Amino acid sequence: MDVSQYLEIFLDETKEHLQNLNTRILELEADPEGADTVNEIFRAAHSLKGMAGTMGYKRMQNLTHDMENVFSEVRNGNIKVQPEMIDVLFQCLDALEEYTDNIQTTGDEGTNENEGLIKQLNDILNGGKVSGTEAKKEEKPAAEAPIVESSAKWDEIALDDSQITVIREAQKQGKKVYGLNVLIQENCILKAARAFLVFKAVEEQAEIIVSEPSAQDVEDEKFDRDFTLIVLSDAELDAIIKAAENVSEIEKVSGAPIVLENNKHYSKNEEAEASVAVENTAEQASPAAATTTAPAPANTAAPAATKQDAKKQAPAKPVVNRTVRVDIEKLDSLMNLVSELIIAKNSLVSVSSQEQTNINSAFNEQIEYLEQVTTNLHESVMKVRMVPIESVVNKFPRMIRDLSKKLDKKMELYMTGEETELDRTVVDEIGDPLMHLLRNSADHGLESAEVRAQRGKPAVGSIFLDAYQDGNNVVIEVRDDGNGIDIEAVRNKAIERGTITPEQAANMTDKDIINLLFLPSFSTAKKVTDVSGRGVGLDVVKSKIESLSGEVEVKSKLGVGSTWTIRLPLTLAIIQALMVVVGNEKYAISLGSIQTLEDIAPSEVKLVQNKEVIHLRGNVIPLIRLNEVLDIESKKSKDDNLIVVIVKKGDKMAGLVIDELIGQQEIVIKSLGRYTRQCKFISGATILGDGEIALILDANALI
Amino acid sequence: MELSTNTAKNLPEEDNKETGESVQYIVIRLGNEQYGIDIRYIDNIVRMQPITRIPKMPPYLKGVINMRGEVNPVISMRLIMGLEEDVYTKATRIIVLKLEQEGNVGFIVDEVKEVVTLSPDEIEKITYNSKEEKTNLITAVGKHNGELISLFDLNAINIEGN
Repeated sequence: MDVSQYLEIFLDETKEHLQNLNTRILELEADPEGADTVNEIFRAAHSLKGMAGTMGYKRMQNLTHDMENVFSEVRNGNIKVQPEMIDVLFQCLDALEEYTDNIQTTGDEGTNENEGLIKQLNDILNGGKVSGTEAKKEEKPAAEAPIVESSAKWDEIALDDSQITVIREAQKQGKKVYGLNVLIQENCILKAARAFLVFKAVEEQAEIIVSEPSAQDVEDEKFDRDFTLIVLSDAELDAIIKAAENVSEIEKVSGAPIVLENNKHYSKNEEAEASVAVENTAEQASPAAATTTAPAPANTAAPAATKQDAKKQAPAKPVVNRTVRVDIEKLDSLMNLVSELIIAKNSLVSVSSQEQTNINSAFNEQIEYLEQVTTNLHESVMKVRMVPIESVVNKFPRMIRDLSKKLDKKMELYMTGEETELDRTVVDEIGDPLMHLLRNSADHGLESAEVRAQRGKPAVGSIFLDAYQDGNNVVIEVRDDGNGIDIEAVRNKAIERGTITPEQAANMTDKDIINLLFLPSFSTAKKVTDVSGRGVGLDVVKSKIESLSGEVEVKSKLGVGSTWTIRLPLTLAIIQALMVVVGNEKYAISLGSIQTLEDIAPSEVKLVQNKEVIHLRGNVIPLIRLNEVLDIESKKSKDDNLIVVIVKKGDKMAGLVIDELIGQQEIVIKSLGRYTRQCKFISGATILGDGEIALILDANALI
Repeated sequence: MELSTNTAKNLPEEDNKETGESVQYIVIRLGNEQYGIDIRYIDNIVRMQPITRIPKMPPYLKGVINMRGEVNPVISMRLIMGLEEDVYTKATRIIVLKLEQEGNVGFIVDEVKEVVTLSPDEIEKITYNSKEEKTNLITAVGKHNGELISLFDLNAINIEGN
């Protein structure tokens, strides 16, 4: 079977499962008794094995198979979770990741058999067997159980009152009630799609009243290989089974008329509900029910749920982040369409202002409508492009755990705001810089255990990763309670390396000194470790974040810790901007960086150190005359009042002197390409309504 | 008037001079000289239009224009070839070329004259030993109707580095 077309899905899902396993095993390390966690791990390992097998990656399948065995034993309580075991499991995950990477680059899993790991896994298994021989025996029949019992699976479904009533009524009316069990072929890849076809085929002849797992779960592929239906129909059983079997990749469909009295959960008296509850707990406890991934029976009530049994609905249903995989190119083209639409709107606006004022109001109405449409379209497209940073930061707890072992420092990572959303392109790029900063904090930031003890800090170092939205920006902070940056050490190092002269050093503020850290190949680490200290890193972090139009800042207090703040724009493509005129040229300034607009008399401009400044509400703000920066003649005479745009970057402010204001406008950012790199303060261009191009000034680069 | 060519789709991957096929060139005028540009590089030819200046750029990089919603740089061919500053007339055109390195780039020329087809025996390759960049852009000379046409190798143009 040619599986190459599924390779992409396989890789995506494998990565998802691996990430899930990483997270869960970390949880397991913290709470070795967590039954839910073990179940989740088992499920992920099982799916991984199945997928690898289907795709023909035997080595990967072998390894996951042995891992699965271990998890299975853990789940059955035969093996206790040991720290050594966690280590081995993590190594296994690394090995699986290696396979996946190999597959991604070469299409082949590679030749590493990982025999050592498999042996270790088997050792763990054997170690557990001694104490659990008896339980092991029990497991065997359990494993066979689903096949044996599948013939009467519909009798195991927990029916609620309303369903029982429906069945009874139907039987009274002479309709037939059948139980159906559908088994899908093992190598079927789109199980949910097949199941959907079966549902459709059955529904043509019958009415489905109960589905186990629930229709929703089936649709989400949350079932193993089979699902069970109870249907009402006038047709013969054979006809329905035949219809279902006609769907391809269906291995077997079995069915029989339902006899309510045979249902294990059925009891005639009115306390049916209570007995169901008892059954539920019993069922969950028995290994037979646990071997299949049958969800808690209460879930089956979901599709037919009425208000009265709402209380029975399982509250523990895991919240699954329903995602849609969309080709980024499609999104980009959608994005371009929106851009065009906005340009079209802008041209309408400019036409209306050009003509005489007696243009009929219908025209304006149209513009308003168009504006509404474009705004909505923009927003919804943006939302599609936004993904939570979760996908990136999820791998960090594992990384910190490994670093903790490697560096022999105790540390803990606390994360908040994983749900903060950012543009997809940004999220894809932000992983590496964040990893650098975290490694930096772990290695340079946090002190050794002795130093921490001396300083009276808790033995376990803390690293914080906080993400939150702040206006049009997303802020990600990496904070540690470690040593902080030793400014004197940086200063001395910089002098020693010849980066700055001693005279320069004397004049530099602490902030300037800290900024030296962002220069290429500058590291203050006394010893180079394989974690960090080679001086490759912070400059990469800075350039990467600047390439995303973001900025990075450090605040640090010696002995207390440092905070690295990354500030990223929420979106990259469309912004609100202030249009201004300098000389005879139009420029756009992003509204995000603008604080206020001021009208300043020439007499209020003062000179400090031969630089022009203004005094504004207690702040001394340096003036930047844009016509000088941009090499244009200003249209204004010296005696005219100055129009000043006050812009802010972090805690720095500056006043940009312009000639004229046009107004606020939504602009589409177009890249200028690489040939304008010499001009740092132009971040892009935009197309105005009349087709003319205006450049976008990057206020951050001017300050 | 917009003169679009659809030939840009399959860019010059194979060098036709070697395969012995004829190549079409667009003949342009700069001052008194005639130059030929391989038609496969050409995306579009447009009339002169407002150019947005970019500060701090070398003089030959005139600025950017809006080309069907994309922002493309515009370069003065005259300044590249060492001629005096452009004087825009009715005949002035911007030829938009698809370059491998730089993407779409517009070149200002004095006039677009015609399209000629040159067979391999009408093209004479020239080698220079001078490092003068102006001449390095000319890889060959074509003979057509008794006139000489200098043929550009436009991929040799490096906008940024000059």
